Amino acid sequence: MATSPRTLFDKIWDAHVVTERDGEPAVLYIDLHLVHEVTSPQAFRGLRARGIKVRRPERTVATMDHSVPTQAGTARGRMPVVDAEAAAQLAELEKNCAEFGVELFALGSDHQGIVHVIGPELGFTQPGMTIVCGDSHTSTHGAFGALAFGIGTSEVEHVLGTQCLLQRRPQTMLVEVSGQLAEGVTAKDIILALIAKIGVGGATGHVIEYAGEAIRALTMEQRMTVCNMSIEAGARAGLIAPDEVTFEWLKGRPRVPQGAAWDAAVARWQALPSDPGATWDTTVVLDGSALEPMITYGTNPGMGIAITQPVPAPDQMSDPRERAALDKALRYMDLEPGRSLLGHPVDVVFLGSCTNSRLGDLRAAAQVVAGRQVAPGVRFLVVPGSQAIKRQAEAEGLDRIFREAGAEWRESGCSMCIAMNGDQLRPGQYAVSTSNRNFEGRQGKGGRTFLASPLTAAAAAVTGRITDPRQL
Amino acid sequence: MFDRIQSRAVLLPHDDIDTDQIIPARFLKVTSRDGLGVHLFQDWRYDAGGAPKADFPLNAEGARGAKVLIAGHNFGCGSSREHAPWALCDFGFRAVVAGSFADIFRSNALKNGLLPVALGSEEHARVCAARQADPSLEVTIDLERQEVAWASQQPIRFAVDPFARRCLLEGVDELGYLLSLQREIEAYEASR
Repeated sequence: MATSPRTLFDKIWDAHVVTERDGEPAVLYIDLHLVHEVTSPQAFRGLRARGIKVRRPERTVATMDHSVPTQAGTARGRMPVVDAEAAAQLAELEKNCAEFGVELFALGSDHQGIVHVIGPELGFTQPGMTIVCGDSHTSTHGAFGALAFGIGTSEVEHVLGTQCLLQRRPQTMLVEVSGQLAEGVTAKDIILALIAKIGVGGATGHVIEYAGEAIRALTMEQRMTVCNMSIEAGARAGLIAPDEVTFEWLKGRPRVPQGAAWDAAVARWQALPSDPGATWDTTVVLDGSALEPMITYGTNPGMGIAITQPVPAPDQMSDPRERAALDKALRYMDLEPGRSLLGHPVDVVFLGSCTNSRLGDLRAAAQVVAGRQVAPGVRFLVVPGSQAIKRQAEAEGLDRIFREAGAEWRESGCSMCIAMNGDQLRPGQYAVSTSNRNFEGRQGKGGRTFLASPLTAAAAAVTGRITDPRQL
Repeated sequence: MFDRIQSRAVLLPHDDIDTDQIIPARFLKVTSRDGLGVHLFQDWRYDAGGAPKADFPLNAEGARGAKVLIAGHNFGCGSSREHAPWALCDFGFRAVVAGSFADIFRSNALKNGLLPVALGSEEHARVCAARQADPSLEVTIDLERQEVAWASQQPIRFAVDPFARRCLLEGVDELGYLLSLQREIEAYEASR
């Protein structure tokens, strides 16, 4: 029977619909459920209240990341967590995982790390899967050609209890990034440029598929950076078709199929890419060769510019809503419209988060930092995404480069991206951050965030100012 | 069960209000759903000393007891934290009227009996203006009829997922519904 051409999204969705009654949402089967301390306690309590079990503990994996301390040595539990509430939440996760039979990579585990870093790293994340987590940056896993999206705690409970979710089929968006990136332009700049172009609500209701020459040329780590921030454009999920780069990266990881089962899995995965003639509801085209290093100036990730451009001026905005939003953002950031950000002083630089804390990010930043010193008065935090990344970076001597330059080399966790663990900006401080959100107070109450790539962050760390990394 | 709402409204007309503003991350270190209303919009609502800011709409006379929040476009963007609707509900809100909603927030809100009402740009501008002109404006939201009205405004129909509507009106429990499909789920698992 001939079927019409399908997208990567269509293939994954269709293969996971358990049932779909007339007028009701689809019942979507979930292959992998990732759990962390902050969005799960109420869900486990719900199970207990109903007297039900976790339906598929073997499809459920937990870690501690959001509120864990990251000072040197704390991964072994030698330093206390930030406060009693955080400690209680971590203890509750440990208790819940033990009671419900869920595998946990706790503080002290060799594999502890940010949930969206360790999922792929351990090979839990695989092409063609449906993956959810009570965290909006679950979109990261789409880099492997998995349909991965963030859910709320009620839905965490639904998946724990039934391995299923009630979902309406979303719309699809193709984002085609053509050409080759110039020197000094990174995956982070692609995604910041896309969000600046379509806005923070530009992909609401859609699942994005990223394609094109510039996307194909990315490493898996870089693809994760792009997919990670899909949510910042409003898309619940971002997908990249699996290819040889994907298979090569995954091969041999602890939880992927091994031997003959691996070959069979690859054969299945090779059928996942969108068919010729498949169509999307919306298409956006971005010229990758024209991109420059990007930086945000405002209080949402869509307020971004090429680093060489001036900050936009409210009086040049024709739309009154846009004008009001820009005006409010610039007042919070205390920035002058129409001026370049280059040379703007910086207090803190944060290299980390599920967006940019992987080995390639650390290597890129270390290249900039090597032979230089962190500028006087600047605090530079380097927070690897996982214990495995930390070990590998140390084996390569990256920690020495950062430490000798005067940076803080820390343990793995979400750290200053969400500022729940005590790593935070003070009111009024400016940070260049490789994380994903520049919302008011996101990195600490009253703190001001410029989002940028690891290269741009490292350049700011050694100069103490916003600096075009291509000029160093 | 979700009844018809008739209530004063709090106006917070900014676009792209993210869930970090609705409830900052430092208040997520909880293990229950309760009591978050006091921290709703914490950093906009209180000054550095913890005193309520007089000019913040949630602190205005009449905000207490209001069941409707009127916000701008793309309300609830950012983090998936369900603490956002928990905090809104705990404060007393039953519905948010906005130009549009972020996907995860919309889904989380509906699971907590908080009704997201998205209006077209022109109608949204009209309700903002009406509330601006009259702080005691009463907004009526009828989920059964899928209509919102205020003052002399003729009822405006709004869209809502029919399944979510039924869940709200009939008090259907989504997890209970999923659990009732156990045989289908088992059959699916066996077929893979």
